Amino acid sequence: MKSSIMVRVKQKQIAQLVSLGKRLDGRGLTDYREIQLEVGVAGRAEGSARVRLGKTEVMVGTKIEIGEPFPDVPDQGVLTVNAELVPLASPTFEPGPPDENSIELARVVDRGIRESKAIALEELCVEPGKKVFIIFVDVYVLNHDGNLIDASALAALAALLNTKMFKYEVKEGEIKVKPGYIPLPMKNYPIAVTFAKINDKLIVDPWLEEEQVMDARITITTDKDGKVCAAQKGGYGCFTTQQVLEAAKIAKEKAEELRKLVVKG
Amino acid sequence: MSQKKPEKLVDENDVRLDSRGLNKLRPIKIEVGVLGNADGSAYIEQGKNKILAAVYGPKEAHPKHLAIPDRALLRCRYHMAPFSVEERKSPAPSRREVELSKVITEAIEPAVLVEYYPRTSIDTFIEVLQADGGTRCAAITVASLALADAGIPMRGLVAACAAGKVEGRLLLDLTDVEDKGGEADLPLAWMPNLNAITLLQMDGSLTIDEFEQVVNMAVEGCKQIYELQKEVLKAKYVTVKEEVEE
Amino acid sequence: MPTFYEKREIVTPGDLLAEGDYMAGDNTYKEDDKIYATRVGLVGYDDRKVFVVALKAFYVPSVGDLVIGKVVEVGLGSWIIDIRAPYPAVLRASDVLNRPFKPQRDDMPSILDVGDLVMAKIVAYDRTRAPLLNTREPDLGKIERGQIVEITPTKIPRVIGRKGSMITMLKQETNCQIAVGQNGVILVSGKSPKDEQLAVMAIRKIEEEAHTSGLTDRVTQMVRSEKGGVEHVSEET
Repeated sequence: MKSSIMVRVKQKQIAQLVSLGKRLDGRGLTDYREIQLEVGVAGRAEGSARVRLGKTEVMVGTKIEIGEPFPDVPDQGVLTVNAELVPLASPTFEPGPPDENSIELARVVDRGIRESKAIALEELCVEPGKKVFIIFVDVYVLNHDGNLIDASALAALAALLNTKMFKYEVKEGEIKVKPGYIPLPMKNYPIAVTFAKINDKLIVDPWLEEEQVMDARITITTDKDGKVCAAQKGGYGCFTTQQVLEAAKIAKEKAEELRKLVVKG
Repeated sequence: MSQKKPEKLVDENDVRLDSRGLNKLRPIKIEVGVLGNADGSAYIEQGKNKILAAVYGPKEAHPKHLAIPDRALLRCRYHMAPFSVEERKSPAPSRREVELSKVITEAIEPAVLVEYYPRTSIDTFIEVLQADGGTRCAAITVASLALADAGIPMRGLVAACAAGKVEGRLLLDLTDVEDKGGEADLPLAWMPNLNAITLLQMDGSLTIDEFEQVVNMAVEGCKQIYELQKEVLKAKYVTVKEEVEE
Repeated sequence: MPTFYEKREIVTPGDLLAEGDYMAGDNTYKEDDKIYATRVGLVGYDDRKVFVVALKAFYVPSVGDLVIGKVVEVGLGSWIIDIRAPYPAVLRASDVLNRPFKPQRDDMPSILDVGDLVMAKIVAYDRTRAPLLNTREPDLGKIERGQIVEITPTKIPRVIGRKGSMITMLKQETNCQIAVGQNGVILVSGKSPKDEQLAVMAIRKIEEEAHTSGLTDRVTQMVRSEKGGVEHVSEET
């Protein structure tokens, strides 16, 4: 049985290595762990993907329903992101309603997709003010070994790109489904890159034990044009302005690499 | 009851709807020691924002299993009154309030010397009575003062301010309408004596260069707010001192 | 080796008080070579020591302190006492009775019940346990009469005054017995409620103006003029 309390000696070891520009698993400070991506893994979902980032494992499924739009944007589809830190993923996850960690995770993933206008929501209107498509993105964390944000955001993007909508036409105010599918209209490809700060050094893609030692973390999400569309600092420590700006620059580069895994061509 | 969206948020002379320049904070009024029962309290009006913070503690942590053996448990709760916004908000905590409570706690914790009081809890309650954009920043500003007012030892004060981009211009301290109609909003909290950022969030779209400019702008805004915080903490004692020592 | 403030200037948490070879005194902390204030208060420099006299702080228990507290819980063999500190204190029945506690014979609430006030001394306290109280010395124990004034504990030294000058004056001028708890709780008991009220008023004034100079004289003046009543002795100012 694995304990979630870390041995103090190991904490020191990790921190010391980082000062020397090294990590326990041999990675460089800005290297990601090995990433495996599979799409179409959940047959009942409109779109799905599973990401393995090192030993962190996240699955995302999308579902599409018809519903009412928000009153201030009556001609746009609706995006809603939810995340579950299911108990089987970690000894630290308890069953129950979403806690602050799963809410923060969902909202950070949501922010990246929403602010980059990744989904062409304006093409998801069936009847303005009355009927639009609601895109549910459900993030399901299956194993927590650090950096849930980047794994979840990547899986969410892959799941959206994998999402198929039924073809339809509106006859006498009713939606009639036609044969065939069209892909969910996507315009942008946001990628989240998370850093941990240990001994005043920034490391990309912290793994669980690095997260337990870190002062603080910061996530920078950039879109296909290299623009920052979301940022989130977390943890009880702090960053200097220089560190934040350095993180933004590195995030932009790393995002370009990661984007190639998801967006083909 | 929904408001009509205004034509332009910033005019051709870079003057905003509320007549401010791009680099100006909204008018701010702060008071400390406003609530009788709390160990420490503070109140802020920033533009149309009205936010109250109260601190209880350090006291025995309840329930006991939450107590931490070598430090105090610091909790900040951000909550909006149902009448604080245009459309009545349900009193139940929304997902946004849960996230904000978390990031606000993480913004304040670096400033509090929690190691001094093991097994206790320090609770900060923040109530937004009227909201007009930038409430999480005003909340951090006022929570930090309430903690100082409670006599809780701190490494320093935390000041917070947002900056962003609206209609192509980079500007400071966005109102609700500017946030909703603009291209980016970046709330930031700053500990001046450690030169450190304790809260940073961003939503919208900024180039890397704009991101840098907006971060720096927000930090400058925080520095101005920090000066106000210090004045407010000293004010009570300065007036009494002046009155009696003539 | 610079210092950045004048003595007795008001400082706020995070203010840089000194840099260099200095020691961090009360209400300050040292990081690298810099000393910062942790509370709002008056800064002081004493040779190489930098300290802040806090204007408002809660009481932290210290062994040997005299404190006044309220019983909040009656247990079996001990009471839990609220001494206005982050940690509630414990008073054992055996220490009050001066013999072992006998559950069949001794009725806890009739010795001390919830709501009773008690004056006690802190005999033990460290990070891992609650402060332990004792009422062995004379004058300690349950408080039967008098008025209680609660002030912020950092101002207790001002109520006592240099070499007891302030408290001695107060006792004389108001004809009251005044017991000062280090935890900011003061017990005033006099022959008449009017005398007690006068002492309470004086203590409140001290709390309000603790950070100013010339306080002892002003408080003496106030007490005397209040006592004078109708036949107000007007002094040339």
